[in-house]
Amino acid sequence: MDALKIQNVTKTYNNGVVALKNTTLTIPAGDFFALLGPNGAGKTTLIGIASGLVNKTSGSVEVFGYDTDKQTEMAKTQIGLVGQEINFNPFEKPIDIVVNQGGYYGIPRDVAIPRAETLLKDLGLGEKMNDKAMALSGGMKRRLMIARALIHKPKFLILDEPTAGVDVELRRGMWDYLKRLTTDGVTILLTTHYLEEAEQLAKHVAIIRKGEIVANGTMDEILALGKDTYTAGDFNGGRLEQVFIELTK
Amino acid sequence: MTPYQLWTSFYTMLRKDVVRMFRIWVQTFLPSVITSTLYFVVFGTVLGSRIGTMGGVKYMEFVVPGLVMLAIVTTSYANTSFTFFSSKFFARSIDEILVSPTPPWLMIAGFVSGGIVRGVLVGSIVLAVSLFFTGLGISIHSLLIMLGFAVLTSLVFALAGLVNGIYAKSIDGINIVPTFILTPLVYLGGVFYSVHSLPAAWQPVVYINPIFYLINGFRYGFMGVADIPIAVSLAVLAALVVLLVGINWYLIRTGLGLKQ
Repeated sequence: MDALKIQNVTKTYNNGVVALKNTTLTIPAGDFFALLGPNGAGKTTLIGIASGLVNKTSGSVEVFGYDTDKQTEMAKTQIGLVGQEINFNPFEKPIDIVVNQGGYYGIPRDVAIPRAETLLKDLGLGEKMNDKAMALSGGMKRRLMIARALIHKPKFLILDEPTAGVDVELRRGMWDYLKRLTTDGVTILLTTHYLEEAEQLAKHVAIIRKGEIVANGTMDEILALGKDTYTAGDFNGGRLEQVFIELTK
Repeated sequence: MTPYQLWTSFYTMLRKDVVRMFRIWVQTFLPSVITSTLYFVVFGTVLGSRIGTMGGVKYMEFVVPGLVMLAIVTTSYANTSFTFFSSKFFARSIDEILVSPTPPWLMIAGFVSGGIVRGVLVGSIVLAVSLFFTGLGISIHSLLIMLGFAVLTSLVFALAGLVNGIYAKSIDGINIVPTFILTPLVYLGGVFYSVHSLPAAWQPVVYINPIFYLINGFRYGFMGVADIPIAVSLAVLAALVVLLVGINWYLIRTGLGLKQ
């Protein structure tokens, strides 16, 4: 069973920008998958189409076998999304943000409240759950978004640059949490500009450039693409960064 | 989603909006009290004493249904237009619902129900204020018709506000319609006068104003008299509800103004 199956998806925005060109991508269930690409490559558009926030121009998308056009509700139920931008009401309390999100998935408050409390505590927000969300630091806001995305126990978690602007210590804490999720069977799709993060976490990698997948395979397969250019000892940001630069320049 | 899950999603949207409107009650409820008090003082007490009677009752009593309806129209419209627009534009928290399995028709129901609650509550507050100025002298011909028109009017304008909220691309976009369309329609819809008091040449203009039908039905609930049969008012309201639900459903289903 594939967690995500994108076939021949094209997206042309109203202003004529072609963000995705006949893109095909498959993510196996249980995988930790990194989707990498420079700014404007089409990563967020692809994620938006998979999660129902962006209308595709053509092609098909399946989430755990559910067609996002024909079985929209079931497809959406499988996904938890942590978007790139902070997108919650800053005047609300973290506990309310997470519990309300559960409500939109049909989870009643008596079930959602204890579940939200556990998630927030697990993500280090236990003492902040009744403060206003605007009072949280950048890293805390990111973790709140992860808690919100997990309230309905999705099988597939999509994270669009979740560690952007997060300090090293918190970032490592988030990595550990994400690793635990994959151990529990959650499929993860991660986009990030921290390539060492992707190298540490992901089993499979795809690199997207100008709306086209230019490389797709296991981490070892992708790293193997850059062997010739990698020189140990020099400052080069790591092997994945070398490959990334080669494929996207 | 099961019926219980659908109910939970609807309840979540409604509860969130009601909690919000009570949290900022100074912004959501108080302005209507102050505005209606001013209207009652100026139009009811100062000018009304010179006008005398209209429609067979004291002018102050005549103007009450119109002012209640004015409050219902403006607040139910503003509630959905602003709530939806702010969740789309400022925090982009509308994504919370868009990524969920909540279907488009339920999104409409959730946002509109908040507008209905606020519209009816504000209408009730304005009615309570009117009791002070009329010396508890308001008679109610049919509570059912009065409440029915209050809820239906809130529904129509909450739906209209939602269309505006979905379409608006800037904060100006949600102010233009109330300022240049809604306010003139309300004032020309018979809040302060009976259509029969207008010159014959102007009366057909009033009949193309949807707000005239709302005020007409609502006033019948109070006074038992109306400019036109309330069945006509109900038919116009029903047609507006169907039309606006259709527009909202289309906009949310296709993602126009919401999804790129």
